[in-house]
Formats: sequence, C-alpha cells, structure tokens
Amino acid sequence: MSRTKGAMARGVSLHTALIAGVLLSVFPFYLAVVMATRTSSEIFSYPPKLWPGSHFRENVGHLFDNIDFFGSMLNSLIVAGTVTVLVLFFDSLAAFVFAKFDFPGRKLLFGLMMGIFMLPAQLSAIPQFVIMAKLGWIGSLTALIVPAAANAFGIFWMRQYMTGAIHDELMDASRLDGCSFLRQYWHVALPVVRPGLAFLGIFTFMSQWNDYAWPLIALTNPDHVTLQVALSQLNSVHSMTDYGMVMAGALLALIPLLIMFIFAARHFIADLAKGAIR
Amino acid sequence: MADMKTAPAAAVATAPGPAGTAATVLSGRKGRIRRHWRLYAAISPFYLLFLCFGLIPAGFSLFLAFQRWDGLGDMEYAGLSQFRYLLADTQFWDAVVNTLEIWAMGTLPMLFIALVSAVMLNSAVRFKGVYRFAYFVPSVTSVVAVAVIFGSIFSTSFGLMNAVLKTVGISEVAWLNEPWGIKVAVAALMTWQWTGYNAIIFLAGLQTIPTELYEAARVDGAGPIRTFFSVTMPMMRPVILFTVVVSTITGLQSFSESQVLLGRNDGLSTFAGGPEHAGQTVVLYFFQQTFDNNDFGYGAAIAWAIFMIVVVFSLINWRLVNRREKG
Repeated sequence: MSRTKGAMARGVSLHTALIAGVLLSVFPFYLAVVMATRTSSEIFSYPPKLWPGSHFRENVGHLFDNIDFFGSMLNSLIVAGTVTVLVLFFDSLAAFVFAKFDFPGRKLLFGLMMGIFMLPAQLSAIPQFVIMAKLGWIGSLTALIVPAAANAFGIFWMRQYMTGAIHDELMDASRLDGCSFLRQYWHVALPVVRPGLAFLGIFTFMSQWNDYAWPLIALTNPDHVTLQVALSQLNSVHSMTDYGMVMAGALLALIPLLIMFIFAARHFIADLAKGAIR
Repeated sequence: MADMKTAPAAAVATAPGPAGTAATVLSGRKGRIRRHWRLYAAISPFYLLFLCFGLIPAGFSLFLAFQRWDGLGDMEYAGLSQFRYLLADTQFWDAVVNTLEIWAMGTLPMLFIALVSAVMLNSAVRFKGVYRFAYFVPSVTSVVAVAVIFGSIFSTSFGLMNAVLKTVGISEVAWLNEPWGIKVAVAALMTWQWTGYNAIIFLAGLQTIPTELYEAARVDGAGPIRTFFSVTMPMMRPVILFTVVVSTITGLQSFSESQVLLGRNDGLSTFAGGPEHAGQTVVLYFFQQTFDNNDFGYGAAIAWAIFMIVVVFSLINWRLVNRREKG
C-alpha cells in the first residue's frame, strides 16, 4: 500500500533528522571522553586527536591525589538532593495556587515574583554573604540549601505547565466532591503534572550540582566543599592546568546526573504510554 | 497575564464554604483575604525566603548604587552621579551590545531548532528514551567542562574547527582572538548546551495536549501542518511563553560562558571578555568594575541597570508572544 510506504519514508527521514541531532549534541561530549583519556601534551597537538587514549587511569589517579573526590561528592549529593525535594514541594504548591485560583493580590504577587526572577543573582551576592555570616551559616551546607529551597523559575515553570495540564473540569469535579485544598493539590494536581515535576526535579538537581559561584564564596572550610568547587580548585592548584585530569573529574562528576536523568526520564515515558492507551 | 484563567476564579467564588453559607457572609477585602488563607500559606515559603535572601540584599545594593565605596573604607554619598556616568560609559554600552548580539545569535535559532526537535521527538515511536537522553546530556554538563571542550574546538592552532576548515581549503581563523569569532564561539557554546534542554521543555508541553484533540482534528480532516497551527501551537502557548521569557532573562544575564571560555586569554582580567572586550557581557562588566576595580557602588549601579534592561526585554517578549497567539 502506498500509504504505508509514505509513512515509512516519513519515518526514515524523521529518524535521520533525529540521529543528526543526536550526533551534534553528543559529539563535544565524546571529545570530553577523548580528553579525559589523554595527557595534556596529547590534547594540545595537531591534528586534533579524535580517538580515546590510554591515560584515563592516570588522570583519575591525579584527580584523587589532588581533591577529596568522594567526600565532596557526598556534600554535593546532600545539597542537591535536599534542595530538589524542597523545591519540588514549595514550587509546585505555589504554582498550583497561581495557575488555578484567584485571590486578592494574585497579579501583584505573581508580578513581584517575576521581578525577582529578573534580578541578576550577582546583585545580592555580597549583602547575602553578610546576612549568612550574621546567621552563622557560612561554611556549612545550610548556607547553600536554605536560600535555594524555593525559586521563581520553578514556580513560573510549574504554573505554565499546570495552566495547560490541569483541566478546569477536573478542578470543578474535585471541588464538587468536597476535596480540601491540600487534597486537590496532592490527589488532583500532582498526578497530572508528573512529567513537569520530573523535569523540574532534574533541572534543580542539575543546577545545584553544577553551581560553583555561590558555594565557592559560602563554603569557607576547604575540607567541606561541594564537587564543583573541588573541581574548580584543580585549575588554581597548578600553574599549568592538567586538562586531562580536569576532564576526567568533570566526566565522573556527571555520572550522578545521568543516573538521576535516567530515573526521571521514566516518568516522561510512563506518561507517554498512558497517553497512548487513553 | 490578565487573560489567563479567570474561569476557576468564578468557581472559587461560588463554591460553598465548609460551613455551608458562611462563605457568602464573609465579604469585603478582609474577609476575602481571610477566606483564602490556605492559598497565601501555600505561596508564602517563596516570599519569606525572598524577603531574607533577596529583597534585603537587593535593597542594600540599591542603597550602594548611590554611594561610592571600595568595599573597605567609608562610604561616600554619590547621588545620581554613578548613573549619570553609566549613561556615558561606552564600555558599558559595548557590553550591552555584545550581550544582545550573543543572545540573538544563540537564543533565537536555538528556540526554533528546539521546537522542531520537540515535535519530531514527540512523533518518534521508537528509541524515545535514547533520543531524549542524548538531547539532554549537553545541558547537564558543567560549564567548566563545556568551556574546556569548546576552547579546544575553537583553538587556533590545535582546534577541530580550523582542522575542518583546512581540509576544505579555507585558511584558519583565530576564533578566540577575533571580535566576531569570539561571539560565534560563545553563541555556539550556548546553542549547543541549551537546545536540547528547551526541546525537552517543549516536549513536556506537547505531552500535556490531550490526544482527543488530535483525534478530533483528524476526524475533521486536518493535515499535519494545519493540526500543528490549530492544535499544537495554541495549546503550547504557556510553554512557549515560558521558554522565551526564561531564555531572555538568562541570555541577558549570561556571563559564565564568556568568563570560562575567554578568562585565561592573553593575561587579561578574567572578566574582560577576551581581546577588545568582544565577549564581555554586561554581567562580566559588573564583575570587572566590582571586583577588579573594587568599585562596589558603581557595580551596584550596573547591576540595577542590567535589571532594568532585562525588565524591558521581558515585557516586550511577554507582549509579543501574547499578541501573536491571540491573533
């Protein structure tokens, strides 16, 4: 049948385009693997090396000699994990309110939140440090966790997502059933927005994991740093940066994020399957 | 903003309260606020955190913008003089133009490619997980690693970019030493890192569209293009608005890409943005003034100017996206 042939041709061109995209996005990442397995002199040679070398173990060895890799990784896990849980709860709750309810001051409060979102983060970094110091949080992980526990980005994202995903009929029905506000949030809104939450979750975890400007300022004790701060110290320790070692560290630091993404991506996929059955 | 979700508002107003008709008795502003206390409680954590770690520090920065201060000695009242100086500061305006150029070169194509990719990802039946994983990987890579990689790709003597140019017979380009080359490199880095991220956001939005709508469109005899513009685009409106606003805000505040890519160039300041300041974004200029020159007051004035620029652009965006979708 010509119809199936047309569908197949479309399928082939679709996958060709998608694979081209995959190659583009994975290639620099592949270069990182090449660098992590080579010495600095190999990295800076012409023509550029395109195949992985044999120095990965050596680079990782240098890495472990220079920084407390697993200790700082544990700190990063604590910070990113706690912040992610708090953000998912506080942001989705606030977003639910902004997306589906009306109350005095709603527009003003939402506008204020968007204004906060536009404030450059650097603007308040110095005074923020002073406040943290007064609270006695400098040097502890609390200084990283508490200010990040809720954010405008996540509320904005969840609100936009909920606006499309939670249908008004669903809200009306639950209200007629006598659902309290918290039950509506927990049993009506959250199950519908799982993909949105999964995305906010990985994104929050990822940005916390990769953040290094604020942790660099706030974590004054060199034995108590996060992974990115530890990695960034590698640049300053040596006058001549060992790029192979830095790339090996950056790759190892990526592993928890990838695990996290595989875990969260299941929720995206589960939702797709559900949609197909429906 | 005003036209969003007015229907549930009406439903809330008419819903019977827990004590039967008691809800109708509570009228007036105070009563309405008291009736919605749960809603205020639900949004309060963000505003409390913001008060302590956002508003108070930002207020102090606003105060600083009117002072001359090196961070150590006494402050000296400067009035509006720093803002007046800012308006005539050519390096500041060059940095603004750089930021806008990099933003336009990176963000606009990025959002278009991301939307097309998301529609393709959504219609692909097989290997969904693999594709999504591959598209998202760049955005989880730390900016330090990305900068090392792109620094090597665009390197003059050892770079892949020039190796490719050479094999097709074009002479090599000193990417990170040419003003326009720097912008291309920074924009390429940003596009590479954030296209997949935006595609995933679009994809998440596509998945909120009920399949019934597509079935209805098919029954009505709509083709794929018609369906895209009549079903997909209108339903995607909140998510498109989100990506446009977020990428404008983050694009105008970008700095780490330039800083890590160009920071070590030629022994210049790590905030200089490379030769001729070609990659110096406004936020980098803020860092340079604040920490290289120890001019905290002027730094604060720059930060507030950045805020104003971002507000103006976000409002323009908001208007444009809302209007286009309405028509």
